[in-house]
Amino acid sequence: MRIAVQTAAFDLGDEANAFAAGLDGAGAVVTFTGVVRDLPGGGLQAMEIEHYPGMTEKAITEIATQAATRWALGDVLVIHRHGRLALGEMIMMVATAASHRKDAFEAAEYLMDYLKSRAPFWKREITAEGADWVAAKDADEDALERW
Amino acid sequence: MEVLYFAWVRERIGLPRETVETDAATVADLVEELRAREDRYAAAFADLSALRVALDQDLSDFDAPLAGVREVAFFPPMTGG
Repeated sequence: MRIAVQTAAFDLGDEANAFAAGLDGAGAVVTFTGVVRDLPGGGLQAMEIEHYPGMTEKAITEIATQAATRWALGDVLVIHRHGRLALGEMIMMVATAASHRKDAFEAAEYLMDYLKSRAPFWKREITAEGADWVAAKDADEDALERW
Repeated sequence: MEVLYFAWVRERIGLPRETVETDAATVADLVEELRAREDRYAAAFADLSALRVALDQDLSDFDAPLAGVREVAFFPPMTGG
């Protein structure tokens, strides 16, 4: 298991290859990547992500440990950035490895659902008009109920 | 104890963290003490349903006791991922 909370950009290909190369006997690797997208009407200049140093790493480790308990996983990787990110930059990624794809897919979805609402990050959208904190969606909280 | 604020809670109060001397028994009691300080605290804590609290870096709730707690953090619902 590797958890990285960082300001630096990461290379999706390098990270996915390194993750896959370190596995022993896994038949399935799933990766998910979150990317800074524009606002519906355009105009996003940047996204700023604040976090709670210490709690962030602790919360992600607990979420990943829970995933490893629920599914038979060969390995888990979570990288999540903070600081100022430009449109199109990668915000975060998860990778899961398992013998079979069902476990890898489900565990990746579980990680994403929990990272959204239980890892202490706060996003702010920067436009020419100013900066707006992104509000949490009820749907994100509801998504946890299926697990 | 150390009290930390994040995102718009930090902006409204105007501080990222402060040391607070308190005998508050619960998080809710601490919130009442802070609200009574100044308008900026009252504004930040106006609607507790819009806030979350962590005690020693574990998500908790407003009824939780503060005995033995060293670090309290207040913040809006998280938007990770």
